[in-house]
Amino acid sequence: MSRVLIRGGRLLDPSVDYDAVADLLIEDDRVVEVGIGLEAENAEIIEAKGKWVAPGFVDLHVHLREPGQEYKEDLASGGRAAVAGGFTSVCCMANTDPVNDDPAVTQYILDRAAKDSPARIFPIAAATRRLAGELMTEMAALKEAGAVAFSDDGKTIMDAWVMRNVLEYSKLVDAAVVIHAEDCGLRADGVVNEGRMSTRLGLPGNPVEAEEIHIARDIRLVRLTGARLHVAHVSSGGSVELIRQAKEDGLSVTAEVTPHHLALTDEITEGFDTSTKMAPPLRTARDVEQLRAALVEGVIDCVATDHAPHAVYEKDVEYTAAPCGVLGLETAFGVVNDMVQQGEIAPLELMRRMSTAPAQIFDLAGGSLQSGAVADVVVLDPEKSWVYDPAEGFSKSRNSPWAGEELKGQVSATLVDGRIVYQAGRGVLAR
Amino acid sequence: MIGQDLLGIEFLDREKIELILDTAEKMQEIGTRDVKKVPTLRGRTVVNLFFEPSTRTQTSFEIAGKRLAADVVNFSVSSSSLSKSESLLDTAKTLDAMDPDAVIVRHKVAGVPQRIADVLDAPVINAGDGAHEHPTQALLDMLTVYQEKGRIEGLTVAIIGDIAHSRVARSNIYGFTRLGAEVRVAGPPTMLPPQVEALGVKAYTSLREALDGVDVVMALRIQNERLGGGIFPSVREYSATFGLDRAKLRFARPDAIVMHPGPVNRGVELSHELTDHRPSVILDQVRNGVALRMALLYLIAGRNFPQDQE
Repeated sequence: MSRVLIRGGRLLDPSVDYDAVADLLIEDDRVVEVGIGLEAENAEIIEAKGKWVAPGFVDLHVHLREPGQEYKEDLASGGRAAVAGGFTSVCCMANTDPVNDDPAVTQYILDRAAKDSPARIFPIAAATRRLAGELMTEMAALKEAGAVAFSDDGKTIMDAWVMRNVLEYSKLVDAAVVIHAEDCGLRADGVVNEGRMSTRLGLPGNPVEAEEIHIARDIRLVRLTGARLHVAHVSSGGSVELIRQAKEDGLSVTAEVTPHHLALTDEITEGFDTSTKMAPPLRTARDVEQLRAALVEGVIDCVATDHAPHAVYEKDVEYTAAPCGVLGLETAFGVVNDMVQQGEIAPLELMRRMSTAPAQIFDLAGGSLQSGAVADVVVLDPEKSWVYDPAEGFSKSRNSPWAGEELKGQVSATLVDGRIVYQAGRGVLAR
Repeated sequence: MIGQDLLGIEFLDREKIELILDTAEKMQEIGTRDVKKVPTLRGRTVVNLFFEPSTRTQTSFEIAGKRLAADVVNFSVSSSSLSKSESLLDTAKTLDAMDPDAVIVRHKVAGVPQRIADVLDAPVINAGDGAHEHPTQALLDMLTVYQEKGRIEGLTVAIIGDIAHSRVARSNIYGFTRLGAEVRVAGPPTMLPPQVEALGVKAYTSLREALDGVDVVMALRIQNERLGGGIFPSVREYSATFGLDRAKLRFARPDAIVMHPGPVNRGVELSHELTDHRPSVILDQVRNGVALRMALLYLIAGRNFPQDQE
């Protein structure tokens, strides 16, 4: 039997609203006891005085690029980046090559992940074949193979009839449909937020309405179908209001926001650095304010990184030609911890939005430190400042807007299944 | 201006603009000589790195460099390596390794000159990037207006046309407002970019109101790729509502001048008659373009620009 005792930390367990200094004892892959002054023979000790101890983070939105684009990332490197960022479970999107629209691909991802990744990896299967927005996938077979949700992320299902059928059919497998909300016609060739910055920079703008129109449509389709909808990477204050209304109307709608949309504005596109290019684009300070408030309030349920690795040479091109997306796993806590530092959110609530809430949305294990819970745990040093260097990180790619930036809040240790898989200063320890 | 690069007018202060214009006035004399060549930049290499074809701008830079005795090399990318999917910055670095004294960059996408300047040791002059900036065009426009009117401070300038997709408009807005002119922009609402007034201009959708009492009218070229699509219904309707002719020009001051960055779509932005005769000053703009670019090459490739204090 293996034992780990995490001693003297501030234990934050959102599943039972627990926030107090306590010890946490783990045996094999389970939490066995939470209490004061715990002793355990032959236990590996993690001293957590001054630190937070929380359920491991759960990320509902990452791109791990395997199969097909292993030069950007693979399940091994993505899994290492995940645990280095405190994530014990990540859900990978279907826009791989081949697309995860076939149970064989889902099975391949799960097999590789079990062998290569220190983090748990849960595949999200495509909602339509080849992400073409036309024919729905075999959701029952994909669910059977291990898919946890369905999404054409990166693309939008523009045909409302197709979307209606996807939503209707998803009820058969009781899984959420995740939308990348952007009206492609209105977005046109927009690459930055439409507004003062797009006008100054002379780059084609993408208005918030392109997102809001689409969210509004799909909320109506949820009303029509009664299905479960999860809105990916909400970027505008107007979208927040649509989601708030849907929730008040009792619809099954959940939402996520990325660290970059919580922290950055379109002002940083100033230097035309393609590490500021993502879809949806960074918006204005007012949107950031509304997104942060919505996360605090719970209108937005959780933080998800939309970790999107791209090779350096793919990003070293014209702004309009560069692929969308930025890294997110390793910087997520250091970025969102700013909301605690600024007094906007209590640590327990931030942990809820990073672990317990997302785990519930996709019905995943984790999100709890109660006796008997699976021992997926993160130990965090909320006061520790560090400088992020993507070259020193675990992702294969480097496309981060925080390269060279100082962040406050660092992951001290990550445990998956009761095993220490990452420890600051020692690196990734398993696989 | 960042260091010695000239990437745009937005961050160029008034003193630097005036230095460039003063230098250009001195360069004009060279163009009137029988032998139009001075040895000032002998032994210096200037590279025209044009990712987007522009015979006029490229020729203007080439003549400017040659009048100062620089070696001018044209590196146009249709005939070179980007087709082999070499990255943009690789191309720039390759070029840098050949130690040019200045690199002139033109690209259809905003921001490319800046990204190239970020990796290049040689100073970069932006010769037009997407809908972002075209600083040398704005500087030659300022020079032309200054020489016509004897001043820029206190004048009113109306820019007419597709402001949203125009780098010429942006650079001129920054330049003329910095020198104390009032700038107006006008066009159909689909051609006015969002929050354009944040750039320090007044926006109009009525040509008549926009022209009321102005000293300078600047018509923008409707880009060919926009003639067929989406943001305005037809050339005929554009010409009827925003095309300039002598009748519409009567709304402006009697001594107003008419400018156009060229090439003119005759009968669209300007009537035939106005294209060829005063008060349009289109050929003066072209002539001034050479002197202005000589001044910039002298200042930048010749390293005669006062350095920013860090």
